[in-house]
Amino acid sequence: MAEKVEVDITIPNQTRFLGLIGRIGENLVHSLGRYTGDREELAYQLNLVLTEAITNAIYHANENDPTKQIQIQISASDETLIIKVFDEGDGFDLTELTACNMSDTDECGRGIHIIRRLMDQVNYRKSKKRNVLEMVKKLH
Amino acid sequence: MQIKTEEIGDIVLIKIEEERMDAHNSGTFKEQMLALFDEGKCKLIIDLSAVRFVDSSGLGALVSGFKNASARDGSLKLCGLQPQVRSMFELTRLHRVFEIFASVDEAQDSP
Repeated sequence: MAEKVEVDITIPNQTRFLGLIGRIGENLVHSLGRYTGDREELAYQLNLVLTEAITNAIYHANENDPTKQIQIQISASDETLIIKVFDEGDGFDLTELTACNMSDTDECGRGIHIIRRLMDQVNYRKSKKRNVLEMVKKLH
Repeated sequence: MQIKTEEIGDIVLIKIEEERMDAHNSGTFKEQMLALFDEGKCKLIIDLSAVRFVDSSGLGALVSGFKNASARDGSLKLCGLQPQVRSMFELTRLHRVFEIFASVDEAQDSP
């Protein structure tokens, strides 16, 4: 029977929760029963993608407003890993954040580039109430 | 950011005593390095052996330190990278920018 694990958690718009969500992501990967790839590598990647996506939401979408919230949904099945990060802000332009020369010595701009390198699909949808950054990785 | 500094001649050895370098603590680390530059200390060796996780903000802080050290004719060398941390430098191609050594001794012995 196909296995599916889903996590849904909401945090205040503050960077001190990054470590908590990263650890949840890593633990989730270690609990995937049927994953046959490099588990340590996938755990690090999920930690990293969650950290980068939430940091973007905190600073670029929710504009560092500590009263706002971020909702994170992670869904892992045998086939795919789906991560959704919802923000409450005006949103950001994904293409603007991607414009970064990775070999350059810029101090910022690597976050979305890292997400794009590690995930198979990345979309950002804006709506009136909330926006969502959706990222999909195929596990086989 | 929890760090331990030790001065060896004109070199400052900075040991990062955190498991994670991310957007939560890398801003403070940037300021800690700037304080050293303001004191005229611009030859830094950063020991990352305790760091298990680094994100783009952590890398950004190191790039900031590297640029500030270079602008003052100093240097910023890295050592003790765990494999996953090393892979982050490769993913972002920053391994071409930084001098990376296996140990503090090797970093110290290099010109």
